[in-house]
Amino acid sequence: MITASQKPINEIIKLIAPYKKVLILGCGTCVKTCFAGGEDEVAVLASALRLSFKKKAMTIEIEEQTVERQCENEFIQEASVKMARNDATLSLACGAGVQAMVKRFAKNIVLPGVNTTFIGIQESQGIFTEECSGCGNCELGIFGGVCPVTRCAKKLLNGPCGGSQKGICEINPDTDCAWHLIIERLTTLGQLDNLKTYIPPKNWDTSLSGGPRKLVREDHII
Amino acid sequence: MKTFSHLHEKLSNGEFAVTGECGPPRGANTGVVDKKIKLLRGFVDAVNVTDNQTAIVRMSSIAASAHLVRAELEPVMQMVVRDRNRIAIQSDIMGAYSLGIRNILCLSGDHQKFGSQPDAMNVFDIDSVNLIRTVRDMRDTGKDMSGYTLDVAPQMFIGAAANPFADPFEYRVIRLAKKIDAGADFIQTQCIYNITRFKEWIRQANNEGLTDKVYILGGVTPLRSAGMARYMNNKVAGMDIPEDVIKRMDGVDKKDQADEGIKICLETIEELKGLKGVHGVHIMAIEWEEVVATIVEQADLK
Ligand code: SF4
Repeated sequence: MITASQKPINEIIKLIAPYKKVLILGCGTCVKTCFAGGEDEVAVLASALRLSFKKKAMTIEIEEQTVERQCENEFIQEASVKMARNDATLSLACGAGVQAMVKRFAKNIVLPGVNTTFIGIQESQGIFTEECSGCGNCELGIFGGVCPVTRCAKKLLNGPCGGSQKGICEINPDTDCAWHLIIERLTTLGQLDNLKTYIPPKNWDTSLSGGPRKLVREDHII
Repeated sequence: MKTFSHLHEKLSNGEFAVTGECGPPRGANTGVVDKKIKLLRGFVDAVNVTDNQTAIVRMSSIAASAHLVRAELEPVMQMVVRDRNRIAIQSDIMGAYSLGIRNILCLSGDHQKFGSQPDAMNVFDIDSVNLIRTVRDMRDTGKDMSGYTLDVAPQMFIGAAANPFADPFEYRVIRLAKKIDAGADFIQTQCIYNITRFKEWIRQANNEGLTDKVYILGGVTPLRSAGMARYMNNKVAGMDIPEDVIKRMDGVDKKDQADEGIKICLETIEELKGLKGVHGVHIMAIEWEEVVATIVEQADLK
């Protein structure tokens, strides 16, 4: 999933302060799972904002709605009525969701209410970890299923740096050394020989380095 | 046999080599470089010039290395892959060679998180193994990474780092072999305080036949105080200073601790001299360059 975390309330207040009527629009998929922008978060944020504005003796009207997925036209459509009667929409979807809204409603103001963080998983309740960079050229097969491009702070492809100690990455005591995990996995799988394989420089052309990417499925174009 | 540098020549003659270290200044003051040159010249075979070490912005290693060349002190230009993509890397290597730089040490580089500008974006386009390979391919095939034939290809003596004290320990020798395969001619190790672990590493390297394929220079750093020992052990990534070394430093009077540090350093060098597969020492007296002459003389390395 794509993870996100809600922006600090003061930043949100600044963003929406110029407007009289604001729609807070949640997204029921990824950001719901990571507790940043689902129905519950929309409700909590809406009341917090109403309260803050009241305290400051400022008037604002806030409406709430959550659609299934803001990154898909089909679901975005459901928001059109409420969007039309508000001055701005604060989207709690990821950056893709916000931009999908912008493409669909070219004349409306759409503001981001969350910071999109990464492609990851919920490793344990309430703890999310980054697992994939979407580099466009997956090599998890040789690395025992642990991605060094994403999880090694130096994107090393040919083994751990000199800072790996007791399974912990040199940059943060809370971060596992990806290479330590790779070696553990390959040991379990009996594939330690993979470590001797020389990995050539990565082709970043398929990543963001090659410019914004587009996926074309000829067979699905109508 | 063709040698690429003075350091290469010395090592290929089977002599025990000594390298030092010069950290460029945080600014454009060549006076600082000149001062370090004076302290090191005549005592070491070559001097490593660090490349924005610990991710603190300093004068570039290429420029500082060129100052050393001008002063007839041979540099080992360090290059990290943290700050340059492959385009800048190849271009900088060509430029460095054109300035008379003949040794290069290929490194990943310390992460910028602990440096002076943690907000920076890092690069890590290629890793250190591929940096080694790039310099080797330029030298041996005369081509750049795209396969384009260069009119004059840089011919450098290629170094790499090894940390026998990092984990997973069993993997450290595989990594060394990988660097040798990629084209490393010499290795400089992380500072050695845990001699037992170093001996085990070099034994494994000997067993694998690696020490016949590469020159290994054991790294040493004289401790200036017990405080420094503790700090390095806790704060410097990949550093292993055993408790008994710290205790030994603690055991002497504050004013005598620097002498004790030099003593420990000399004992380590003595041990290294006797080890099969060790071809020299790399003395990293960080901001304490004046001690290098003493160590070299007392260790009988001249
Ligand atoms: S400690 Fe491990 S994960 Fe961290 S930078 Fe080094 S190799 Fe990568």
